[in-house]
Amino acid sequence: MKITLKVWRQKSRTAKGEFKTYQADHVSSDMSFLEMLDVLNTSLIKKGEEPIHFDHDCREGICGMCSLYINGHPHGPLQTTTCQLHMRSFHDGQTITVEPWRAKAFPIIKDLVVDRSAFDRIQQAGGYVSVSTGGVPDANEIAIPKKIADEAFDSAACIGCGACVAACKNASAMLFVSAKVSQLALLPQGHAERKERVEKMVAQMDAEDFGACTNTRACEAECPKAISVTNIARMNREYFSAVFSSYEVTVGGGD
Amino acid sequence: MFGNSLTSIFGSLPNNFSMKWLIDLFTSSLGRKLLMALTGLFLISFLVIHCTINAMIFLNDGGEAFSKWGHFMGTNPIIRTLEIGLVAGFLIHIVQGLALWRANHAARPVKYSVSKAPANGTWYSRSMGILGTLLLLFLIMHTSHFWIPNRTNQFTQGEELPLYKMMFEVFSNPWVVFFYVIGCVSLFWHLLHGFASAFQSLGLNHLKYNGIISFVGTAFSIVVPLIFALMPIAVYFRWIN
Repeated sequence: MKITLKVWRQKSRTAKGEFKTYQADHVSSDMSFLEMLDVLNTSLIKKGEEPIHFDHDCREGICGMCSLYINGHPHGPLQTTTCQLHMRSFHDGQTITVEPWRAKAFPIIKDLVVDRSAFDRIQQAGGYVSVSTGGVPDANEIAIPKKIADEAFDSAACIGCGACVAACKNASAMLFVSAKVSQLALLPQGHAERKERVEKMVAQMDAEDFGACTNTRACEAECPKAISVTNIARMNREYFSAVFSSYEVTVGGGD
Repeated sequence: MFGNSLTSIFGSLPNNFSMKWLIDLFTSSLGRKLLMALTGLFLISFLVIHCTINAMIFLNDGGEAFSKWGHFMGTNPIIRTLEIGLVAGFLIHIVQGLALWRANHAARPVKYSVSKAPANGTWYSRSMGILGTLLLLFLIMHTSHFWIPNRTNQFTQGEELPLYKMMFEVFSNPWVVFFYVIGCVSLFWHLLHGFASAFQSLGLNHLKYNGIISFVGTAFSIVVPLIFALMPIAVYFRWIN
C-alpha cells in the first residue's frame, strides 16, 4: 500500500505547529497504525530528521495511552484504540490526516503527544475508596447483584484515553468522569465517599476547563471501550443528590 | 429602627448559614445544564398552553373562543404573576445557553483540520446554539408583533388590543408568514433534541422510561410547531375568517 500522511508537527507546547506531508510507500495492510508510524519514523531517523512523537504503551488496547485524531475520528475510523487499528481499514493511495487531541485541557507537549494529566487530577480528587485495614475479609462477603456488578464493570472498562474529550464538540470530559463516578457509586465498597467523590471530581473537571455536555452522544460513538452516556445521566443524578444533601466539602479537612 | 430589625433577623441565623454550595451548584457545568433543562421543560409547559389557545382559531368561530381565553391569560392575576416567571425562564434559558455556547467554544481553542461527525449523532443535537439563536430572533419579531404592543397598551391605556384582528393584519404579509414558518421549523429541531436531552441532563435516564420520553418528545416536537406553523398559513390563505 502507498499512503500519504498529513501529520501535525509542533516542536513544543508554545511553538506554532503545522501539517507536514509524508509519503509511506511500503505499507503492509497487516501493520497496525502505530507500526506504520514506527516504520515512517525509522526512515525519518535514517534521513537525520526528527521522528514524529506519539503516545503509545501496551499496544494491546488496554492501557489508554495511544491517542491520535485520524481522518476526523479519535482513534481512526473504527471504534477501537489506535494501536488496534490496522492499515487494512484504509485503502491504497489514501491520504490520512493525523492530528493530536484538541482541547484546552489537553495542551500539546510535542507533535501528537498531549498532556492528559487533567484526567489524573480528576481521578485523584475523588476516584478512590477507603479500605479497612485488619484481617482479610472473606471473598464475596458483600452481596452484589449480578446486574449491578456487570454495570459497574462496564463503567470500569474506561481506559482514560481521552477519546471522549477529543470527539466532543465541547471538549467535554463528562463521559470519562461519569464512568469513574459510576464504577464506584454502583458498588457498596464505594459508598463511604459516594457524595464527596462526585462533588470533588466534578469540581476538578470544571477547574480543568473542559466543556459542558450537550448530549450529542459523540463520545459514546467514538469511545473504544463503548462506555454509554447512561453513565453521564447517573453522574448528574449522583451530583444533584450529593449537592442537596451532603455536608459542604471543605478543602483540607479541618474540624 | 429598620437597621435593628435587620440585625435581629440576621442575628437569629445560625453561624454556619451559607449559600455557597447553591452558588457552586449553579456555576458548575452540571448545574448550568440543570438550569437549561429546568427552564427548557418550563418553557415546554408554556408552549402547551400557548399552542392550545392558539389552536382555537381553527374552530372558525370568528375568534370568539380564542379571544375569550386570550383575555383570560392577559388579565387573570395568577397568570399575570406567572408571566413574570415565564419572562425569567426565557431570560435564564437564553443567557445561560449563550454563556454555555461561549464556554464550550473556548474549551477547544484550536479546531481540527479534518473532523467528521460520528454515525449515531444528529446535526440538530450539535446545532442547539444556532437553532436557539434563530428562535431568539423569531421571539423578538413575534413579541414585537403581539405581546409587547398588547402589554404596553394595557399599561398605558388600561385595555387590551384586538389580537385576533391584529393577527389577520400581521399575517397578510407573505414575508412575515415565511419567517414564522422558519421559526416553527427551528422550534421543531430545537425541541426534537431539547425535550429528551433535558431528561438526560436531569439524570432521568432509565431503560423503563427512555422509550416513552423519546416518543412523547418526538410527538410533541412535531405536533406543537405544526399547529403554530399552520396559524399564519391558514390566516394568509384565508382558510379561516
